[in-house]
Amino acid sequence: MFPIVHKRRLSRSVYEMGVQAPAIARKAKAGQFFILRTDEEGERIPLTFSDWDPESGVISFIFMRVGKTTHQLSHLETGDALADVTGPLGIPTHVDGLGRVAVVGGGVGAAVAYPVARAMQEAGSDVTVVLGARNADLLILEEEFRSLGVDLIVVTDDGSAGRKALVTEPLRELCETGAIDSAMAIGPTIMMRFCAETAAEHGVPCVVSLNPIMVDGTGMCGSCRVTVGGETRFACVDGPDFDGHEVDFEELMSRQRVYTDEERLADAEYTEECSCRLE
Amino acid sequence: MPAGVSEGGDATSGGDTPRRKPSRAPRTPMPEQSPVERRGNFDEVTLGYSPEEAVAEAERCLQCKNPTCIEGCPVNIDIKSFLARVIDGDFHGGVEVIKVKNVLPSVCGRVCPQEDQCEVVCVLAKKYEPVAIGRVERFLGDFDLACDIEARCHPEVGEPTGRSAAIVGSGPAGLACAQELARLGHSVAMLEGLHAPGGVLVYGIPEFRLPKDIVQAEIDALIEMGVELRTNVVVGKTVTLDELMGEEGFGTVFIGSGAGLPVFLGIPGENLNGVYSANEFLTRNNLMKAYLFPEYDTPIWRGRKIAVVGGGNVAMDSARTALRLGAEEVFLVYRRSEEEMPARAEEVEHAREEGVEFKMLCSPAEVTGRDGWVTGLVATRMELGEPDDSGRRSPVCVMGSDFEIACDTVIMAVGTRANPLISDAAPGLELTDRGYIVTGDDGSTSLPGVYAGGDIVTGAATVIEAMGAGKRAATAMDAWLQRPR
Ligand SMILES: Cc1cc2nc3c(=O)[nH]c(=O)nc-3n(C[C@H](O)[C@H](O)[C@H](O)COP(=O)(O)OP(=O)(O)OC[C@H]3O[C@@H](n4cnc5c(N)ncnc54)[C@H](O)[C@@H]3O)c2cc1C
Ligand SMILES: Cc1cc2nc3c(=O)[nH]c(=O)nc-3n(C[C@H](O)[C@H](O)[C@H](O)COP(=O)(O)OP(=O)(O)OC[C@H]3O[C@@H](n4cnc5c(N)ncnc54)[C@H](O)[C@@H]3O)c2cc1C
Ligand code: SF4
Ligand code: SF4
Ligand code: FES
Repeated sequence: MFPIVHKRRLSRSVYEMGVQAPAIARKAKAGQFFILRTDEEGERIPLTFSDWDPESGVISFIFMRVGKTTHQLSHLETGDALADVTGPLGIPTHVDGLGRVAVVGGGVGAAVAYPVARAMQEAGSDVTVVLGARNADLLILEEEFRSLGVDLIVVTDDGSAGRKALVTEPLRELCETGAIDSAMAIGPTIMMRFCAETAAEHGVPCVVSLNPIMVDGTGMCGSCRVTVGGETRFACVDGPDFDGHEVDFEELMSRQRVYTDEERLADAEYTEECSCRLE
Repeated sequence: MPAGVSEGGDATSGGDTPRRKPSRAPRTPMPEQSPVERRGNFDEVTLGYSPEEAVAEAERCLQCKNPTCIEGCPVNIDIKSFLARVIDGDFHGGVEVIKVKNVLPSVCGRVCPQEDQCEVVCVLAKKYEPVAIGRVERFLGDFDLACDIEARCHPEVGEPTGRSAAIVGSGPAGLACAQELARLGHSVAMLEGLHAPGGVLVYGIPEFRLPKDIVQAEIDALIEMGVELRTNVVVGKTVTLDELMGEEGFGTVFIGSGAGLPVFLGIPGENLNGVYSANEFLTRNNLMKAYLFPEYDTPIWRGRKIAVVGGGNVAMDSARTALRLGAEEVFLVYRRSEEEMPARAEEVEHAREEGVEFKMLCSPAEVTGRDGWVTGLVATRMELGEPDDSGRRSPVCVMGSDFEIACDTVIMAVGTRANPLISDAAPGLELTDRGYIVTGDDGSTSLPGVYAGGDIVTGAATVIEAMGAGKRAATAMDAWLQRPR
């Protein structure tokens, strides 16, 4: 069992959690993920490290409550434990020698963008972060990013915090003015797609961190396959980072919807059973 | 004695004890659930022999002077002796004989391709049906598992040697290797990447063919022997071979990581929703228990018309699982003819009885779809050409013979490749050009102290071959650990 050592609510549906997993904390790198199972009946779901500490053996992650497993996770507290935690999985994000780079974090993607931006900064890159959310309530980690000392541009869809814009707007400006050599986009698939397209228009390379449905996370099942540059790749072992100009986003978005009906059923049953009041 | 048997068999009075005449009864049938009944559940299909049935079947054995059956078993179990014990009603003794060579009789008795191994060379097979060696073996294995854990046939654990071994992977190769090293008194840790041990026995082979509590009981017995099980450890990611041999202090490492990477055909439409690799389909169902959704959280897409591509055990397991998940029609699409299908004869027969429709000599060309979901599988008809190196007649396309099978799910069971997670993190490890680990006969790899066996060395093979490799490597690992330093 993997004991939960801290938990904090970051916004209405976003939580941060820390779990004791020393072997993994020793190895984690920015951009990598792990797989957890809450209990014996649970599903295996992948989540990205937001932080890790080899000394204390704690890994941290930030998750958005979207369905049954993340809903269940949101009810666990410090002192509870997770049945399984496996990792670190995937190839770490390439952070060295990037020069001037923009990291775009949208929604809960900010959780992944945070360690990535930090690692790029530590590797000597000149990092601009574009942090976006639908509204101020959903905006996370603003303080954390600020304390990294990176250039920070905050945007919200409704203007309730920062600029009223989509993340692609500041990204376009950075590309247009030649302020960046490359970009990395992490967030909802549709956002990554538009970021990649925006960067492509200006000939700026754009890496994206993909999140297809996974089962084992070790290359064994092929559930996570994505088409990149016309070839089938397994995101869990070949990724999760890929060249955004080459990804077949249409297919990815379609594949993410395979279990929509079952997911709805599972969460509805769980919501009834746990009788929490989802606001 | 049946005429025609004596030349090869030399049935005798069996050496030490005078034997009664072998029975001339036909092969004892295996009780099983009826096809209609079992299509609707995941319970085991075959129910196993009763003690009387096991004895009756063993009594068919001629107790040959030259028991060819033994040569046919990849680990050379003394089949003749265990059958003799069963004839005498000494089931404990029978288990002991088997366990000298094979620690998982309940498993092998169920899943070995006996018709290609021990039974095909049984002397009786020349004229009559061979002794049902696998079924009697299964009976003995189950008999042992039904005993209290103290009363079971456990190998003696040797005096602690103070040396330690790490076993990577808990499939049949790893289990056999761990057991043997523990028996020799070494301290053994078994590292498994998934959350549950057992390898293909747990995530691949379905419950209706190999109940998971049997595998669990065997693993419990290993733990009882002192083997430490560490799940959720992905070697190459959580820890590397170097670290296992270095700071973790293991004296030797065995790699039994299987051939876990699914192969796709590379035809159009393979990434449509509703196309599964057999690995994913079976893992969702077996390891994650998707057939019990929503009690278990992992979903599976339950199609109504399913095309399974392939002709091996993996394809049969997928097809029969699909039926049990409620499919109305399941087609098995295979490039060659039925004789060439590598699946166990019993599984083919069971699949047919349950209603799987065989489409032989058909090669998939494209998966068709609408709105992102599968609507059909286009296949080309094939003809058998000249035999190839393996002696199989390879199929050739019949031009212009494409046709479409309407279906909403396609399951690809067309083979696996080596998983590179471990080798990527171990630069000195010599691999074949297809990524399998190169070993000597004793399982030694190019890295000192590192051994390997099972599917990661041979490519997809069988449970008993993997176990044999694990056990052989254990002997060499023991010598390595005991070497003068
Ligand atoms: C490499 C990777 C890293 C990720 N990192 C984070 C992260 O740091 N924070 C975060 O909030 N989310 C992250 N996700 C997404 C997260 O895995 C899903 O939100 C989670 O699985 C949803 O499970 P659920 O049961 O709560 O919801 P469900 O109701 O099961 O599903 C809701 C959504 O999640 C997707 N999903 C469902 N099951 C899986 C699965 N097994 N694997 C991947 N996606 C699935 C579905 O496509 C669906 O869109 C990551 C995904 C991947 C692949
Ligand atoms: C569906 C199916 C049906 C089959 N039916 C039969 C049958 O009827 N009869 C028969 O004889 N054979 C059958 N086989 C073949 C047989 O199961 C295999 O040959 C056998 O399991 C190989 O054993 P193994 O120990 O080499 O590998 P596996 O059983 O594959 O076990 C490997 C283990 O290593 C783990 N692992 C992999 N990489 C790592 C890593 N990096 N770190 C830690 N752990 C790792 C895996 O998770 C797995 O648990 C079948 C195979 C399949 C897939
Ligand atoms: S292990 Fe397999 S091949 Fe050997 S005797 Fe038993 S059933 Fe036959
Ligand atoms: S099993 Fe067959 S080959 Fe073996 S001893 Fe009996 S009759 Fe002879
Ligand atoms: S999640 Fe199974 S292969 Fe990637």
